[in-house]
Amino acid sequence: MRNVLEYLDITAARLPQKVCYRDEKTALTFGEVRQQAQSAGSVLLKDGITKEPVAVYMSKTPAELAAFMSVLEAGCFYVPIDDEMPSKRIELIFANLKPRAVICDKDTKENAGRFCDGANLYLWDDIKTEPEDVDALTGVRQKMIDTDPAYIMYTSGSTGIPKGVAVCHRSLIDYIESFCDVMKFDEQTVFGSQTPFYFDASLKDIYPTLKLGCETVIVPHTLFMFPVKLVEFLNEYRINTLCWVVSALTMISAFGALDENPPKYLKIVGFGGEVFPIKQYNRWKKALPDVRYINLYGPTETTGVSMYYEVDREFSKDEAIPLGKPFENVDIFLLDENDKLADEGEICMRGTCVTLGYYADPQRTSEAFVQNPLNNRYPELIYRTGDIARYNERGEMVFVSRKDFQIKHMGHRVELGEIEADVNSIKGVSASCAVYLKKKDRIELYYEGGPDEEQMLSYLKEKLPRYMVPTKAHKTDKLPLTPNGKIDRKGLTELSEGK
Amino acid sequence: MDELIEILKDLHSDVDFETCTTLIDDKILDSFDIVSIVSEVDDKFDVAIPAKELIPENFNSAKALWDLITRLSED
Repeated sequence: MRNVLEYLDITAARLPQKVCYRDEKTALTFGEVRQQAQSAGSVLLKDGITKEPVAVYMSKTPAELAAFMSVLEAGCFYVPIDDEMPSKRIELIFANLKPRAVICDKDTKENAGRFCDGANLYLWDDIKTEPEDVDALTGVRQKMIDTDPAYIMYTSGSTGIPKGVAVCHRSLIDYIESFCDVMKFDEQTVFGSQTPFYFDASLKDIYPTLKLGCETVIVPHTLFMFPVKLVEFLNEYRINTLCWVVSALTMISAFGALDENPPKYLKIVGFGGEVFPIKQYNRWKKALPDVRYINLYGPTETTGVSMYYEVDREFSKDEAIPLGKPFENVDIFLLDENDKLADEGEICMRGTCVTLGYYADPQRTSEAFVQNPLNNRYPELIYRTGDIARYNERGEMVFVSRKDFQIKHMGHRVELGEIEADVNSIKGVSASCAVYLKKKDRIELYYEGGPDEEQMLSYLKEKLPRYMVPTKAHKTDKLPLTPNGKIDRKGLTELSEGK
Repeated sequence: MDELIEILKDLHSDVDFETCTTLIDDKILDSFDIVSIVSEVDDKFDVAIPAKELIPENFNSAKALWDLITRLSED
């Protein structure tokens, strides 16, 4: 296999009438996804768009997934953009990406137009039914190699500029193969898709569906506020498999929704994005003891999930669920400050999972994707995650903390430095410090000078994604400093925690 | 009621909670807010909102939410 589209080719030939992707209002069969992808892909090719990024700025619908495939048909790589991203962030992404083509839908057309700046803007409904140019599509496919990029996903960067992680077909195929084996998905699997498509966690539903001929149901975003309705939805659509961020799962268990009307069809629950609080995990296990629970760990920079642990024993409140062991073709090791192998240290990864790097950003790529310090005989890149882990007494890897000021909040990666970079750019602000309160799972902000607290928060709401906006802002005359003159982040964190 | 408005203002200082009746329908409140509201209501009023009451109708306006709190604290 050289191209992820081969999953779609094979399954569309085998099960053309079976539903592939659906949401509350629409459904697309495998046959339709393939036909639409080939039609729209032919339009892109006719306009000379190939071997380049195409931004897909659409609502989270089955149509958006077909649009991703159309981009791949044209030999391009797709970049998901979402209406829920703040406009400042979209501007920064477009400035880095410089796309010549953008695909939108009726609902996003107006907004997408504002960012286009000379790029071709395609309305999905217009291009999905155009005639297919089979010769052109075949010609492009034949020339492609498995290390050509398939997509770019943007993630938070500490300087305030998002980083675009570029991933090739080879890495994606390798990931999907191992992932399906470990999870034991099959044709009867029905995924409930929770994560936004601009987040690599969505790959867990999208591609196994194409490979196995199963089904993905997009769960409406608003249901994640209303746990009982959410469970009703899972039951209505007979969803049996969830690969969700932990906060979406705890949303259900923390409000007691598991006791009243539990999910009826669930067989497999994969969870990731952050550490699963044992108290919540135990509620799930108690309510649904026959479900397989699997911890999934891995950063965007190594394609998706690189490690897994199928929970196979009881955990007490002070224990942590291990990260477990690596997938096939992934080697994971811990390096200390001197780049020597250690029992506790930074998680480093080598293998096919290591992605192409940050798009059009050689500087930051070279900081995180480096020559394996244990190998001085031939070129071999590893990815340094910045996560610190250790081995427990059973020899399993367990997450300890972050090396820098990156945190996990509601399943999203957040660089506290990115929030500060935005705050510091406001007129009158001389310094700032964002702190993360782990117990309360919230971000608070301290700053000197500039607008009052209310104005500050409404300004940040416009500039930052929702999950990065601090819950509270505190304006102070002078931020406390540590003995060596740095802002005392630890002291401020303790101050907020004490309140 | 004033105390509740204060909790809500803390989340969105720019919204007129006295009059708005489409907090959910117009996507003014999101899941982050609901989680905060439930825990603040528990803290301030000692009222635990059970899962079956977490429905859009109870959160569309400050008044609906206040009625819910009143009802739950009487039970």
